[in-house]
Amino acid sequence: MSAVPLLDVRDLTVEFATRRGTVRAVRKVDLCIAKGETVGIVGESGSGKSVTSYAVMRILDRAGRIAQGSVAFSGVDLKAASEREMRDLRGREMSMIFQNPRAALNPIRTVGRQIEDVLRQHALAGSGDLKQKAIDALEQVRIARPEERYGAYPFELSGGMCQRIVIALALACRPQLLIADEPTTGLDVTTQKAVMDLVVELTAERGMSTILITHDLGLAAAYCGRVVVMEKGEVVETAHSSAIFRAPAHAYTRKLMRATPRPGITLRDLLPEDAEHPPAPAAPAASETLLSVEHLVKEYPRNAAGAFARLLRKGGEEAPFRAVDDLSFEVRRGESVGLVGESGCGKSTTSTMVMRLADPTAGRIAFKGEDIGAVPASAFSHHPLRSKIQMVFQDPSDSLNPRYTAARAIADPILRFGAAKGAAAVRARCEELARLVGLPGELLDRFPHQLSGGQKARIGIARAIALDPDLVILDEPTAALDVSVQAIVLNLLADLKAKLGMSYLFVSHDLNVVRLLCDRVIVMRQGRIVEQGAAARVIDDPQADYTRELIAAIPHPPVQEVTHV
Amino acid sequence: MVKTLVDRLLTTIPALIGVVVISFLLTRVLPGDTASYFAGPAATPQAIAEVRKQLGLDKSLPEQFLRYVGDLAHGHLGQSLTTGQSVVSDLASRLPASAELTLFGLFLALVIAIPLGVAAAVRQGSWIDHACRIIATAGVSLPVFFTGLILVYVFYFVLQWAPAPLGRLDVFASAPPTVTGFYLIDSLIAGDLETFRAALAQILVPGITLAIFSLAPIARITRASMLSVLSSEFVRTARASGLGPRTVIVTYALRNALLPVVTTLGMVFSFLLGANVLVEKVFAWPGVGSYAVEALIASDFAPVQGFVLAMAILYVALNLIIDLAYGLIDPRVRSSS
Repeated sequence: MSAVPLLDVRDLTVEFATRRGTVRAVRKVDLCIAKGETVGIVGESGSGKSVTSYAVMRILDRAGRIAQGSVAFSGVDLKAASEREMRDLRGREMSMIFQNPRAALNPIRTVGRQIEDVLRQHALAGSGDLKQKAIDALEQVRIARPEERYGAYPFELSGGMCQRIVIALALACRPQLLIADEPTTGLDVTTQKAVMDLVVELTAERGMSTILITHDLGLAAAYCGRVVVMEKGEVVETAHSSAIFRAPAHAYTRKLMRATPRPGITLRDLLPEDAEHPPAPAAPAASETLLSVEHLVKEYPRNAAGAFARLLRKGGEEAPFRAVDDLSFEVRRGESVGLVGESGCGKSTTSTMVMRLADPTAGRIAFKGEDIGAVPASAFSHHPLRSKIQMVFQDPSDSLNPRYTAARAIADPILRFGAAKGAAAVRARCEELARLVGLPGELLDRFPHQLSGGQKARIGIARAIALDPDLVILDEPTAALDVSVQAIVLNLLADLKAKLGMSYLFVSHDLNVVRLLCDRVIVMRQGRIVEQGAAARVIDDPQADYTRELIAAIPHPPVQEVTHV
Repeated sequence: MVKTLVDRLLTTIPALIGVVVISFLLTRVLPGDTASYFAGPAATPQAIAEVRKQLGLDKSLPEQFLRYVGDLAHGHLGQSLTTGQSVVSDLASRLPASAELTLFGLFLALVIAIPLGVAAAVRQGSWIDHACRIIATAGVSLPVFFTGLILVYVFYFVLQWAPAPLGRLDVFASAPPTVTGFYLIDSLIAGDLETFRAALAQILVPGITLAIFSLAPIARITRASMLSVLSSEFVRTARASGLGPRTVIVTYALRNALLPVVTTLGMVFSFLLGANVLVEKVFAWPGVGSYAVEALIASDFAPVQGFVLAMAILYVALNLIIDLAYGLIDPRVRSSS
């Protein structure tokens, strides 16, 4: 690293003007990236990692401004550059790929045209070869049948395919710097691996520098040479990725690393080292069967599936789509069972049917010996067993009514089914539940927007356990949470299960998390069970090829052990 | 595409049946006795009964309704008792006048409101944003007959820029040969620029009156919809790829922001049909609105029924066009239909 670094950020401070005064999102950040280097920026939400990259690209929204410091790109001062100069740099010299690829593309413009827009803007193609260059760009990101995809709209493509399009868009003009902002969050683990491998390969081939912004230490360590750890707008540690795992210097890095689910640890290992924790509850002895699902089938008619599905259906068969195909499994009392698979494998459809929000096409759902599958979903809300199956939803914010206080949200099922009558009794029950899930009592009168993600997750859990259910369906309850919050919520769930004797059906795509929380795991693919068995056995010694593929796709940090310093 | 069109047309049938029933009942429950009105103030009870019999008003309601539906099936909307013409020919001669005025007003409103809304969203909090808000608020708060009168006072009486507000053409010009019934278009087809100028001069002030009224909702919706689209992730992607402001605002943001605007347009059009009645009165515009009001005052039920039916068909047709426009703008709508 002798010459001028490609990107040199010094003392960067970014401020946002808000109603409650100026907020400093990024404080005195130094960041230096050499040509051809791959650097990971790791931090939890609010750490300022994305804002830093937006400041580099100068695409901060209206309220944000660079208050201090300098940003130099190939020796050019970007802070002083005019908007026109910045426009020429963006896309051509430095470009960005984003989280949630489908939203990052214009929904009503074909993907080919969107790539052409970028090529035309930077005058890299004339009207004659525009289309050919766009198709070439699609081909480079390994999109099969690029001529056909050229005319596709984003909604006709899968999430992984959309992310490839976004990458094609970013790399079309062969920039020198690629900023990848959580490029694989929300994608399946095998898609994540394919997308990351593609990014690494393409950038290495062209000698590009890459900044990978992620909340996932494992991902950063697996793909980056150097890792920058940020907390609350400040860089707390910068080190080589192997070194950061071997000897994390800063307390925050250690906390983050401890909280990252990984093989060979228990739930308690996720929590910060300094606190005292009671020993983890022991796994309950096998007992009676609580839920028994037999030959469950869910079919959807094909014609509602949109143009892409119609394209696939050229053969002309009108067979309905089988989202869940002859599924049989059991959940015993006190047991927690993980339902794992990639998007579209039918795990959510299964949980919705068990929850009795959707009707199965065929099969039996026996709960406490009663065939609740025979009760129509529309009538199940009045069924006496309704209160015994409850659910914790994926997004803790979206699953709360924004106009209800925490107490009102928790009271909702109690008012409907609960034994507690009268305002005082309901309130007392809410307070008891809040204590159980570790939600400070004074937060009960706050609205969702006044609470953090972890607090909202606790409300969702308190609401689900309010009626002393026998079975709680957890639909990716920690997917939207930061790892340190996830660690706490997972431990809370394990403690509650032991205390209240519930069973869990835990729907997740994250095998590492499932292994920590679940006794048994069911691996699903295309509506069928690929493999099931004890969680440790399935993950350590997978029998099915697909399970092996899933496990291999999880990014592995170079060194696993966290040593106490 | 043809199948979509047929499907959509079929769904309008229940709405039209409802309109036929309601327009029939509505004219029957309105106060005023048609027979005694037409028999004249000095008529004897026998004469009134005679007129009633002639009009078929002595029959029971279901019987009258069946006769009405039977006439409709043959394309008869009855006879206007005030003009002496058949309602069909009255409407046919007057509807183009109303349609031309309404569409002209809507066109003016769109041409002003959409750029205004876009500018207000792009420069949020600037003077143009405040100007947009003031214009929009003023537009809805002023009743059309008031703006119409003010405009006539200023442009005709004080400044004398506009011709006398007396219909579609001044007395010296003659109507162009009828092709579409719209004077602006017909005169251009005939190559008669003199008539075009005359027609434009007449339609400008009432058109502006309607435009001021319909500007507000269009500008507000354009602004709100643009604001949400401008903060969306794909606009950020477009900016991060270095696309120019024109491409970002027009090709990426505006096209996506148009969907709610098109929806609003349908509603604005129906407001305009109502506002038209008053504007036609103020400007002596020979349209269906003033025709219907006169018929209503005279308890002349056939034109009123015909008017309600014609407006309903117009509105249904407009909604059909809007649905099809959705498909043109948004490929997702196209594939799901």
